[in-house]
Amino acid sequence: MPPEPQTPPPQPEAAAATAAAAHRSEARPRWTERLHGLGPVIGLVLLCIAGTLLNSDFATVDNAMNVLTRTAFIGIIAVGMCFVIISGGIDLSVGSMAALIAGSVIMFINWAGPASGSPLMAVMMGAVLAVVLGALFGLAHGLLITKGRIEPFIVTLGTLGIFRAYLTYFADGGALTLDNELSDLYAPVYYASLAGIPVPVWVFVIVAIIGGVILNRTAYGRYVQAIGSNEQVARYAAVDVDRVKILTYVLLGVCVGIATLLYVPRLGSASPTTGLLWELEAIAAVIVGGTALKGGAGSITGTVVGAILLSVISNILNLTSIISVYLNAAVQGFVIIVVAFLQRGRR
Amino acid sequence: MTTFTRRLALTAVATAAFAASLPALAAEKVNLGVSIPAATHSFMGGINYWANQAKKDLEKQHKDLKITIKTAANAPEQANQLQDLSTVTKINALVVFPFESAALTKPVAQVKAKGAYVTVVDRGLTDTSAQDAYVAGDNTAFGKIPAEYIVKQLGGKGNVVALRGIATTLDNERMDAFNAVLKGSPDIKLLDAKYANWNRDDAFKVTQDYLTRFKQIDAIWAADDDMAVGVLKAISQAKRDDIKIVFGGAGAKDMVKTIMDGKDKRIGADVSYSPKFIYDAIKLTAEARLKGEKLPATTIIPSVLITKENAKDFYHPNSPF
Repeated sequence: MPPEPQTPPPQPEAAAATAAAAHRSEARPRWTERLHGLGPVIGLVLLCIAGTLLNSDFATVDNAMNVLTRTAFIGIIAVGMCFVIISGGIDLSVGSMAALIAGSVIMFINWAGPASGSPLMAVMMGAVLAVVLGALFGLAHGLLITKGRIEPFIVTLGTLGIFRAYLTYFADGGALTLDNELSDLYAPVYYASLAGIPVPVWVFVIVAIIGGVILNRTAYGRYVQAIGSNEQVARYAAVDVDRVKILTYVLLGVCVGIATLLYVPRLGSASPTTGLLWELEAIAAVIVGGTALKGGAGSITGTVVGAILLSVISNILNLTSIISVYLNAAVQGFVIIVVAFLQRGRR
Repeated sequence: MTTFTRRLALTAVATAAFAASLPALAAEKVNLGVSIPAATHSFMGGINYWANQAKKDLEKQHKDLKITIKTAANAPEQANQLQDLSTVTKINALVVFPFESAALTKPVAQVKAKGAYVTVVDRGLTDTSAQDAYVAGDNTAFGKIPAEYIVKQLGGKGNVVALRGIATTLDNERMDAFNAVLKGSPDIKLLDAKYANWNRDDAFKVTQDYLTRFKQIDAIWAADDDMAVGVLKAISQAKRDDIKIVFGGAGAKDMVKTIMDGKDKRIGADVSYSPKFIYDAIKLTAEARLKGEKLPATTIIPSVLITKENAKDFYHPNSPF
C-alpha cells in the first residue's frame, strides 16, 4: 500500500519545495493572476447567458440538475487528473479504465448476487470493488512510470488499449448488462436525490472539496506542485518524488473508481463504447480550468468549472437547433480555444 | 492501325480464354479470406460472431473450403491485413466489410487485381469496379419502416423526435427515407433530429435534453437498439408518460425478446438489420465459388418489420448482439 499523504516531512526541505512552487506565482502581481484565473468562470457565465437567450428551458432547475449530474463522471475524474497533470504527468487511459471497471463490477454483482444470497450486499461489494480496482490500476501506472521509468504518455497509451480490449473480450463484443432485480437495487445511487440534489452531484461536490483541501492545505499537495514546477529542485529538497507521483496516479484511479460506481447504475450496462474519449474530456476540463499542461500549478475550482463548461456546451447544442448538427464538435472546439485564450499568459 | 486492331483482338481472345479457365480453377479449391472490423461495439460484436459461425458451419459442410478471418481496429490496419491475405494466405476469394469506403477501395482493388473474387459487404467502395459482388442491408427500409409504423400507430397525428447515429452517408440515407415518409403526413411533426452516435450514454443525454425542451412527445425514433436503451432510461428518470412509442432498430436480441414477451408497450416493433448478413455473404460467396459461379452484382438483404408475431425468427440468444 502507498503511504498516507499526510506523512510528516522534514520541515526545512518542505519549505524549500513550497518556495519552489510558489516562486512563479509571487513573481507576478496578484490581481492579474486572479483575472486570468477567472477565464473559465467568465466563459461559463457567457455561455449560460447565451443558453438562456436561446431557450428559456435552459435556466430551469431540472435542466441544471441534468447537466450537473452528467458532469459528475467527467468532473470527478478531472479532479484526479488535475493532480496528475499538476505533477507533470498525464493519464490517457481513464476512459478505458472506467469501461473495464464498469464491466468488471457488473460481472461481479451478477455473480455475487445469486451466489451470496444477499443482493444488497453484492451491490455494496461491487461499489467497493470499483474503487479498489481503480486504486490498483492507478498503482500499476504509478509503479511503471516511476520505478519502471517509462513515460506516463506511453504507459497510459498502452493501458488505454489493454483495458478496452479486455472489456471487449469479457463482453464478447456485445454489452455486459446488470440483471434486472440487481439493477433496480443499484439504481438509486444514480437516480436518487438528497435535499433536491441528485446523489452524483453530492459526490462530485465532496470529491472536489477533498481534492481542493489535499492540493492546497496539505504538505502532499505542495509536493505535487513542487514536482510539477521543477522535479530536480524537489529532489534536492528531499521530496520523495517517486512516492508522491505514484500516489497521484492512485488518487486518479480512486476517482475513476468513484465515477464508475456512479456510472454503472445509470444504464446498468457496459459495452466497448463506454467511456470512449473520456480521457480527452477530463484532460480538456483540467486545461480549460486553467491548469498548465506542463504542470506546476493548477486549481480544483478551475477544473470543476471547466468540466461544467464542457457539458453546458453540448447541453445548449441539444436544446437549440440553430447550428447544423454536423458542426457540433466544431462549436465545442471553438469554445475550448476561446476560454483558453481568456486565460493565456499563465505560463 | 492494323497492329493495334490485331493486338486488341489478341487481348480479347486471351481474356476470354482466361475467363473461361477461371470457373475450372475456382471449382477446385476455395481459399476464402474474410476481413471485418474488430468487435468494438455490439453490432460489430455480432458481425464477428456471425463470421465465425459461418466459418464453423461452412468448413464442416465443404471439404474444399478454407476460411481465414481477420479483424482490424482501423482502416490502415485493415489495408495491411488485406495485403497479407493476398500475398501470404494466397486467398482466391474475399469477403470484406470495409472500415471506410474511400480508404479501402484501392487495397480491395489490389486484391481483386491478383485474381481473387471480391464480395463487399454493407459499406460500399467508392469505385464499384473494385468488387465482383455487393451484399448489404437495406438502409432505406431501415428508415422507411419505422416511419410508416409510427405514422400508423399515431393515427397520422403527433410529435416525433429522432436520434441519429454518426454523421455518415449511411445515416443520411436512413434519415432521408424517414423524412420522405413523414412528408406524406403533415400532422406528424418531426421536432428535431440530433446525433447520439449509436451510443447509449449519448442517447441518454440527448433524450434528457429533448424531454426538457419538448413538453409533448408521442414517439421517439431511436434508430438503433443500443440507443433505445439510453432513451428508455432517460424517459423513466424524467417520469414522462406522454411517449407512446420508442422505436429502436437492427433487432438486438434483448429488444427482440422484449417484443416477444410484450414486456413494454412502448416497444411494439423493431426493424431488422441483422449482422447475420455477413454470414449470408460468406455463405453465398463460398458456395458460388465452389461451383465456379458468380453472384449477382448486388444482393440486398431485406430489412423487415419485427413484431410480436414474427419476433421468434429474429431471436438468436447465443449472439452477442
